[in-house]
Amino acid sequence: MSTATAAGRPTKQRRIPVKHKSAIAIFIAPFAVLFSLFYLLPIGWAIYQSLLVVERDGTFGKPTEVFGGLTQYVLVFQNEAFWASVGRVLLFGAVQVPVMLGFALVLALLLDSPLVKGKKFFRLAFFVPYAVPGVIAAIMWGYLYSPNLSPFASVTQNIDLLAPESILWSIANVVTWVYVGYNMLIIYSALLAIPSDIYEAARLDGANQLQIAWSIKIPLVMPAIVLTAIFSIIGTLQLLAEPQVFRSFTSSVSSTFTPNLAVYSTSAVPNVSLAAAMSVVLALATFIMSFAFLKFTQRKADK
Amino acid sequence: MSTVTAGAPKEKLASRAAAMIVMGVSTLYFLVPIWWLFISSTKSREQFGSTAGLWFADFNLFTNIGDLIAYNDGVYLRWMLNSVVYAGAGALLGTLFAAMCGYALAKYRFPGRELIFNVVLGGVLVPATALALPLFLIFSQFNATNTFWSVFLPSLVSPFGVYLARIFASASVPDELLEAARLDGASEVRTFFSVSRRLMTPALVTIFLFQFVAIWNNFFLPLIMLRDQSLFPVTLGLYAWNSQVNQIPEIRTFVIIGAFLSIIPLIIAFLSLQRFWRGGLGAGSVK
Repeated sequence: MSTATAAGRPTKQRRIPVKHKSAIAIFIAPFAVLFSLFYLLPIGWAIYQSLLVVERDGTFGKPTEVFGGLTQYVLVFQNEAFWASVGRVLLFGAVQVPVMLGFALVLALLLDSPLVKGKKFFRLAFFVPYAVPGVIAAIMWGYLYSPNLSPFASVTQNIDLLAPESILWSIANVVTWVYVGYNMLIIYSALLAIPSDIYEAARLDGANQLQIAWSIKIPLVMPAIVLTAIFSIIGTLQLLAEPQVFRSFTSSVSSTFTPNLAVYSTSAVPNVSLAAAMSVVLALATFIMSFAFLKFTQRKADK
Repeated sequence: MSTVTAGAPKEKLASRAAAMIVMGVSTLYFLVPIWWLFISSTKSREQFGSTAGLWFADFNLFTNIGDLIAYNDGVYLRWMLNSVVYAGAGALLGTLFAAMCGYALAKYRFPGRELIFNVVLGGVLVPATALALPLFLIFSQFNATNTFWSVFLPSLVSPFGVYLARIFASASVPDELLEAARLDGASEVRTFFSVSRRLMTPALVTIFLFQFVAIWNNFFLPLIMLRDQSLFPVTLGLYAWNSQVNQIPEIRTFVIIGAFLSIIPLIIAFLSLQRFWRGGLGAGSVK
């Protein structure tokens, strides 16, 4: 391994021996071992498990797992409930992620502008929901949406926020509520890093705050926005806790409402091989989407 | 803002007012739900459904807390303790391992360095929930599901922590300092713990906090791993209670007060450590 890499390198580097070998090993080993055991091995295991099928010796025979090639993947692609759940989270993401990041960007720009007083208070107030776990946030909002127990009963009795056609957006509101402040802070810290003399010239030209925000600040904090977008895309595809909690408030959330719920309910059948295949497809889709988004925005920035 | 601005003072006043209205309405949106949770925690079961939701009725907070703690042999306190151990010890060790690895990737040259970093970076993009099911399958091979370790060990891995630690170590630990320590005869490992660790403190606090939150909020892994109530973290416990509300209505008060109490430690941790993590938060987007 090391000889192969060394051979490919220019001669100048080959002569430099690796110093502090044992220290490097001590630093890297703990993480490397845990990462291999609890990250790489599960990925490998999921792929292995997804290639197995259960075979029975006659109707009452003992079930055995045998290699089945891509059988499970064919089943995943034929599984309508699974694809319906994928479509649901994609629709969710297409609406919720831009709304949430737009909201976060507006709040960050306002915090960074000279128009707002009491910045410290607002910054903390907006961030507090991030300290609320998704499960707890969903329980809380579940009561706030409830037609009988909500403090806004006059609204929730007229608009059923837990109905099948509105539940997706009610969940979107919970996710937005939790994460706007977090995303706002990431964008806001990027804004703080911009040296203020950049604005000086624009101000002398008579640009107002809106123009400065639009043509100077937003382009400069684009990397931060891209980062928050990637994390949001990953989070959306993984949606699980909030819909799972809402299942005890309403029957509108099916057991295959999101891809992860489908994985969970399929593994509980138990049909672990099919569930493993779903996990692999989901992880791959997540990886490809966030990677593609990253590349797409990078290329746009290069132009 | 100087007077150079071309806009008339009237226009400035209008945009100032508009900005403050947006901030005010947003504050209500973010804080009213938590306010409601607090108010509801102070109400008796009878008054919870029958009095105005956003204001106090009889102040029953401490009775409620007493009842919550006594319920089911104090299982709630057990859950809180479990969460503190899973998240506290997990984040502490996870931060240490991520920091050492990120530091080595930033400060030493060795073959395979870029490969390791890229694999770890790929790990950032693999969602932890996708690993829950395969982790369950692996642990069940060793009959180790439904144990403390089945939830604790996987939470020690933080690829994003390695990424942050590497960026921070490159930026904040000067090579000259390491050379000086070497000339003084300090070993590499000792230099890390006595010198570099201090320089990396803002990054370490950030990694710790975000790992803490990630473990505290983690739901899928405990949901899929644990059957034994006494091993539950508080989120899973409250979820289990909330799913039983229809059968056992008196449990609803405990869900509400339990939810309220469970978010207090995290809010306090964030507020008291904010001068540390605020500096580190933007680090991920530097590149």
